[in-house]
Amino acid sequence: MLRVSLLTLSVVAIAHAELCKPDAQNAFKVRLSIKTALGENAYAWDANEEYLFKAMVAFAMRRYSSKSTTQISNVLLCNVTDRVSFWFVVTDSSKNVTTVPGSEVEAAIRMNRNRINSAFLLSDKTLQFLKITSTLSPPVEPATPVWLIVFGVVLCLIVAGIVFLVVSGIQKHKKKTKESTERENLEEKGEVTVTVENGIPCEVLDLKAGHVNGVFAADDERFTPL
Amino acid sequence: MEKSRPLWDNPLQFVFACISYAVGLGNVWRFPYLCQMYGGGGFLIPYFIMLIAEGMPLLYLELAVGQRMRRGSIGAWKIISPYLCGVGVASVVVSFFLSMYYNVINAWAFWYLFHSFQDPLPWATCPLNSNRTGYEEECEKTSSTQYFWYRQTLNISPSLEASGSMQWEQALCLTLAWLVVYLCILRGTESTGKVVYVTASLPYCVLIIYLIRGLTLHGAVNGLIYMFTPKLEQLSNPKAWISAATQIFFSLGLGFGSLIAFASYNEPSNNCERHAIIVSLINSTTSIFASIVTFSIYGFKATFNYESCINKVILLLMNAFDLEEGSLTADNLGEMKDYLMATHPQEYAQLLPQLKNCSLEAELDTAVQGTGLAFIVYSEAIKNMEVPQLYSVLYFFMLLMLGIGSMLGNTAAILTPLTDSKVIATHFPKEVISGVVCFINCVIGLIFTMEAGNYWFDIFNDYAATLSLLLIVLVETIAVCYIYGIRRFEKDLHTMIGRKPNWYWKIMWAFASPLLIISLLIFYLTDYILTGTLQYQAWDATQGQLVTKDYPGYALAVIGLLVAASTMCIPLGALGTFIRKRLKRERVSTVA
Repeated sequence: MLRVSLLTLSVVAIAHAELCKPDAQNAFKVRLSIKTALGENAYAWDANEEYLFKAMVAFAMRRYSSKSTTQISNVLLCNVTDRVSFWFVVTDSSKNVTTVPGSEVEAAIRMNRNRINSAFLLSDKTLQFLKITSTLSPPVEPATPVWLIVFGVVLCLIVAGIVFLVVSGIQKHKKKTKESTERENLEEKGEVTVTVENGIPCEVLDLKAGHVNGVFAADDERFTPL
Repeated sequence: MEKSRPLWDNPLQFVFACISYAVGLGNVWRFPYLCQMYGGGGFLIPYFIMLIAEGMPLLYLELAVGQRMRRGSIGAWKIISPYLCGVGVASVVVSFFLSMYYNVINAWAFWYLFHSFQDPLPWATCPLNSNRTGYEEECEKTSSTQYFWYRQTLNISPSLEASGSMQWEQALCLTLAWLVVYLCILRGTESTGKVVYVTASLPYCVLIIYLIRGLTLHGAVNGLIYMFTPKLEQLSNPKAWISAATQIFFSLGLGFGSLIAFASYNEPSNNCERHAIIVSLINSTTSIFASIVTFSIYGFKATFNYESCINKVILLLMNAFDLEEGSLTADNLGEMKDYLMATHPQEYAQLLPQLKNCSLEAELDTAVQGTGLAFIVYSEAIKNMEVPQLYSVLYFFMLLMLGIGSMLGNTAAILTPLTDSKVIATHFPKEVISGVVCFINCVIGLIFTMEAGNYWFDIFNDYAATLSLLLIVLVETIAVCYIYGIRRFEKDLHTMIGRKPNWYWKIMWAFASPLLIISLLIFYLTDYILTGTLQYQAWDATQGQLVTKDYPGYALAVIGLLVAASTMCIPLGALGTFIRKRLKRERVSTVA
């Protein structure tokens, strides 16, 4: 009895060793970077974590093929290293000593990648299934690109500024021409004299381009009063 | 009744306008590159010598001419001698070329500014490829910042010949840039005078913020040490001196006519000597300040890339040999590599081609100038900072202020002669003249928004102004010293500012500066002749890097045309005046 059970165990072990080895058919390498992902909260990789992994893979296979035949014992792990990386393979319990085709396993893992990642608190980058490419999520893009909105705002401000300046310039110009025609009319009537110095009216000279010459500034007291 | 000339509200507006014009993008993206190439801290020696020999005297000369003649460039040189009206026209032509292509830089700054309001920044990550299994191929080969610049901003074609279509996004940004310039110059000095308060001071605020941020970045010190260690042996390299002279010359914006235009709006008694010294000193100090900021950013970027490289090597080794996480660090990398080479020689040999030798020196050595520095290197550094959106907005807003400040000077150089000329000014108000000039420039500038636009931009940037300006300023200096007469000029200055220029100014104007310019001209001409065919850098999308190509025939023709259009104005102007005088004399003699 004991000998028979020992024999079956060794047969199973050898069969498993045959099925699960690096670069075996339908086997996948997994690589975890727990310390990179979690830093101080990193957990150690032990037999319990391996059990969880087998459970997750079995769960993925069940969900994918929707037949409840895959058991945890169907998932074989081997060559666990310190990196934490290992190879796994899924056996088919209905057919003896065969593995589930790699394409099925790949599709199953792909479908449930999110669930597997969150079970280990990792992401696509830190829980890598080599040979299984992950679908990268595209960045969120709003309906109108943000830059057009900002562009529109700035454009409206600038155009408003230009219109305001142009319109006020036209109004000032109209007022000036009205004033100058009024002044010309008054000049013709001889009522307003505009003091002019070298062709430039004195008001303009006063404002900016002229300087009052201190020597000639009327200091009436210097002149002897009459 | 004569309409009096518009004036600056106060001398401070004039100083700010000159600073805003002179302190431009060249201070930020050319000076740090020259510093790095020609001996770090040692480059400051030729730089300051050239500032004293060439920069200050020529700046003072232009300001004095503008203030005395109270006319734009065409009118001012006509007063000095009727045969020199060609010099003024040449200045206007060069300014016209400059304003055509310079505003495209503002368009790019707007583009980056608008894209800074996103999280994450669009140049931080590569976009995904069509079936979402990885990143875009072109982006993989190069970096995400370079991809954003060459593909998503410029959408650059592989060569000059393949013109491609116009990029509507860039065209929109260019139109906006021209609208902003129009808004600032619309009312002449009235509006420009107020705008320059902002465009002159804001870049300094941003530079100070960046200085504080830059110096506190991890690895900034590496960049600063690398930059400031003087390599004095470079001083024996003539190229260092020539680059210093060229940088001072172009950085101050001499010869465009903008300084003459700004000074013509001054009161006649303005102390332009003091202002010339102030503006040139501020310009040079800003260059040095900007290069401190740039080098701390360089140091940060180089350290970041070096550490990423080391981390990549560590990851590669860990994955290949299934070592425990954390067993390989940057410190023990060397020993571990030797150990692995000894224990697993075959696998290590297989891995060797992928193991890059990470070197901090190599990262720091990547000297970049121009648009590459401003838009690629800086955005790469910014994306790795905390709160990158804030720093990105600040930085591109600063670039915008610098660019618009320079544009104000350029457009003033074109508009002042136009508004001075009685023919045009009496028929059209200055708003219309400004509008027409901006519109024409905008339409021509649309060339630079095509797929090959960046190559045309490089042509304009390298050839439109360089040779012509040297010739223009040479003729200006000789005209003032020898044709107008330095004694007459002395007397004019005495009338204006109350004292005669001392011997330093006179020696520089009469001998040192013309000699320097002549030697620069000779150097450039021999350089052009010796290089033979002119070449340009084209972006190869398949390799993800720049490759050198020869210019096609018609591009060389355009280059020749650019140089000829401005330089030929000088002799043609003299010839035209000579013929006109001859005809007048003949008419008078026949009448009498």
